[in-house]
Amino acid sequence: MAQASAVTVASLRGVAKRFASGTRALGDLNLDVRQGEFLTLLGPSGCGKSTALRILAGLSEASDGVITWPDASARAAGAIGFVFQEPTLMPWANVFDNAYLPFRLAGTSRAQAAARVNAALDGVGLGDFADAYPRELSGGMKMRVSIARALATQPHLLLMDEPFAALDEISRFKLNNDLLALWQQRGTTVVFVTHSVFESVYLSNRIVVMTSRPGRVFAELTVDTPYPRSESFRTSAEYVAHCRRASQALVGAMAAGESA
Amino acid sequence: MSRAGTRAAPARADDQLRRERWLRVLSPIAALVLGVVAWDLVVRVNVLPPYVLPSPLLVLQTLFADWAILWRALLTTLAITFEGLILALAGGIGLAVLFNQSRAVEYSLYPYAVVLQVTPVVAIAPLLLIYLPQQVAVLACAWIVAFFPVLANTTLGLNSVDRNLLALFSLYGASRWRILVNLKLPAALPHMLGGLKIAGGLSLIGAVVAEIAAGSAGAGSGLAYRIVESGYRLNIPRMFAALILLSATGIAMFIALSALTHLLLRRWHESALVEEG
Ligand SMILES: Nc1ncnc2c1ncn2[C@@H]1O[C@H](COP(=O)(O)OP(=O)(O)OP(=O)(O)O)[C@@H](O)[C@H]1O
Ligand SMILES: [Mg+2]
Repeated sequence: MAQASAVTVASLRGVAKRFASGTRALGDLNLDVRQGEFLTLLGPSGCGKSTALRILAGLSEASDGVITWPDASARAAGAIGFVFQEPTLMPWANVFDNAYLPFRLAGTSRAQAAARVNAALDGVGLGDFADAYPRELSGGMKMRVSIARALATQPHLLLMDEPFAALDEISRFKLNNDLLALWQQRGTTVVFVTHSVFESVYLSNRIVVMTSRPGRVFAELTVDTPYPRSESFRTSAEYVAHCRRASQALVGAMAAGESA
Repeated sequence: MSRAGTRAAPARADDQLRRERWLRVLSPIAALVLGVVAWDLVVRVNVLPPYVLPSPLLVLQTLFADWAILWRALLTTLAITFEGLILALAGGIGLAVLFNQSRAVEYSLYPYAVVLQVTPVVAIAPLLLIYLPQQVAVLACAWIVAFFPVLANTTLGLNSVDRNLLALFSLYGASRWRILVNLKLPAALPHMLGGLKIAGGLSLIGAVVAEIAAGSAGAGSGLAYRIVESGYRLNIPRMFAALILLSATGIAMFIALSALTHLLLRRWHESALVEEG
């Protein structure tokens, strides 16, 4: 179930992005997102990972290139969950109301959604903080609310932009495992952005390494270790070998970006 | 020694905080008392007649003696100020929302809102008094000066919504109405309240200016009219008494709007954050 199928959810062809400021964030990006896979975009800071994710979600227009969705329902309202690089919470609403937002916008009543919202909050360890306001939370806790909000609706496609960067290692490992469990259970397609080689190898089927500005695909790695992956995978020789390959690709990508 | 030290430290900080708080309350009161005493002394030492400068005591006596007239005048001014403020709130927020929804409307009307704001209301008042009944003209003046800060601040608030939150709402297919009610208006609330606080004072100023421009007696003549009238009659003590009432009105309004702001924002906004002791 937790295996990448041949079905494509979305494909980007020759996608480029030039901002009004003149910055070329992406240049000729080619990428297929396959049904049910755990795909990670790995690249140096500023290489256009967030930009690529926003374009995929339809939050930003590509300046060039085409994005095709074979199944249009995959991008219907509520079908995509997005975790931004910043927590992006409504400061005037408490934790519960923030996580309840997707349901509210879909017209689901509070009572109907309560069980799922609370389950999602419990899942990120914030069950006791439902009544707290964002200002009363730490940076990592805010990020976890944002993750709970994206997971609560069980989207078909989950786009996550460095969701665990602000967390300590223990919480990160726990959420890594929770995320993998969820992914396996539900068959969600995940596109995950990170600049951590270790995280990318632990989580993904497939890693796309991007060059720095303008962002392009530099290399593509498959991590064929079967799931479920547990903590013992983190210390295995196989894991280390994959990490070495990914690191080398990243170093190569950075060099390629500089020369471009 | 170290144990005593650690235990004494918070107590000392507490003491200091308490002293600070008293200082904040008592200092302005002490300054006021000093000012009034100095005023009284100036009057006594120079033996000034009341039509040059009345003593504080005489002003207080006049306040009580003329209370019936002044109270009615105060109510009139208060009513105009409040009506002006409510209309400014409705007009300012309404226009800001309209501007936010339609660029075309914003571009065509915003310049005229600015024109209305930068033209001194003292200069507009006589004209309004010609075309409108006096009551309505006074109200219009209060509205003209008060609505702009609400408009400008609400517009700023509506436009400074977190872009990512906006993206999130559109990702979940939120309608324009939903985005306005659940995202833009709450995000603009702190700005709106800031505008309201300024508008409160301005509405009073607008009402006073218009009354002075109107200048004619009538059943509904407010405090400003009483001041002008007392001036003509050289009833200086009553002028002072009316002035004190006007100031008190302004202060009360400011305190009320500050309290409202605190009440609405205390749970979530940074501005209402209490420093950790
Ligand atoms: N709104 C914008 N306007 C102008 N330039 C932008 C904008 N957003 C991003 N950029 C530029 O595009 C480039 C890519 O940005 P992006 O946020 O996609 O990087 P990233 O790979 O996500 O980096 P990080 O790992 O640091 O988050 C950067 O050079 C950035 O300066
Ligand atoms: Mg980024």
